[in-house]
Amino acid sequence: MINLIWLLLLAGGIFYAGSTGRIEAVTPSAIAAAENAVTLAFKLTGVMCLWLGMMKIAERAGLVRLMSFIIGPFIRRIFPSVPPNHPAMGAIVMTVSANMLGLGNAATPLGIKAMQELQKLSRDRETATPAMCTLLALCTTGVTLVPATVIALRAAAGSTDPAEIVGSTLAVGLVAATAALTVDRICRALYGGRGR
Amino acid sequence: MFALICELLSAWAIPLVLLLIPLAGYLRRVRVYEAFVEGAAEGFQTAVRIMPFLVAMLVAVGVFRASGALDDCVALLKPLLSVFGVPPELVPLALLRPLSGTGALGMTTELLASEGPDSLIGRMASTILGSTDTTFYILTVYFGAAGIRNPRYAVVVGLAGDITGFFMSIYICRLLFSP
Repeated sequence: MINLIWLLLLAGGIFYAGSTGRIEAVTPSAIAAAENAVTLAFKLTGVMCLWLGMMKIAERAGLVRLMSFIIGPFIRRIFPSVPPNHPAMGAIVMTVSANMLGLGNAATPLGIKAMQELQKLSRDRETATPAMCTLLALCTTGVTLVPATVIALRAAAGSTDPAEIVGSTLAVGLVAATAALTVDRICRALYGGRGR
Repeated sequence: MFALICELLSAWAIPLVLLLIPLAGYLRRVRVYEAFVEGAAEGFQTAVRIMPFLVAMLVAVGVFRASGALDDCVALLKPLLSVFGVPPELVPLALLRPLSGTGALGMTTELLASEGPDSLIGRMASTILGSTDTTFYILTVYFGAAGIRNPRYAVVVGLAGDITGFFMSIYICRLLFSP
């Protein structure tokens, strides 16, 4: 599926540019995007190191266990295939906590860490497990209590009440997360029938 | 009042986390500096590992946008979606949201400037940006870092979340903010 989407974006774009006389836009945009990817990866490295360092302190101080105590029962129900004491569970708990607090740049490194921990539970190194897809569903929707970036944007645009969208964002986040988790369950059942 | 608390919270959230974790660690007799460095060391290999995945995805999205195909998809979808009560101004944001985080951020900034942050469209755009995420970026980076090449049905799951988020944002904002 990802192969088809990728091909559709790339080949579709090139054909489209060719047919509308914009073919000269393709090369610079492809090169700029490739360079941009490397810059982005390096930028992420710094943030990644920062939050993984914090995560290690939190782990040793027992803070991860504390968070697990609070939202763990809920997470364990969504990830039945992950053993409760596996490091993956702690990483998932921290990812969801960071997402809820609106700590966007902390959520990505922690989510990556969680994905890598889930990989250790997987037998097939190259194919996503059901738990990984569930984690993705949680991360792409995410219930955000404090959408910090949006509030800042609105304040900068001169809003009289920048935070008034907190309620609507939370409500939409809940519905979207529920929808993503439902589709995840349906897909899991459908794909489960095909062996893996 | 609530707005002030939220603004304070968004300014203080990260500093507080950066303060409280090491402080709690120190009080629990963790060797904080050593633990930090040990954890941070894991961060480096990740950058190298996700690079090929990021290059693949960003190039495809970049070419698709530069070709003008995205803009024409928007033009095509506008009349179709307006049947469902979607304001045409929000259609570009809907298509860009799962593909490009910075793109969606820029588009929201533009909408907030042109429509006003306290207009219905401004509130809808803010809610869309706050409640959904860049599915393709997350998919690329998270799965790339774990070395997953075949994400199976994860794309469908992520996009289902985005589509629900988009339509629910419009519906709930109408419900909450319409005069």
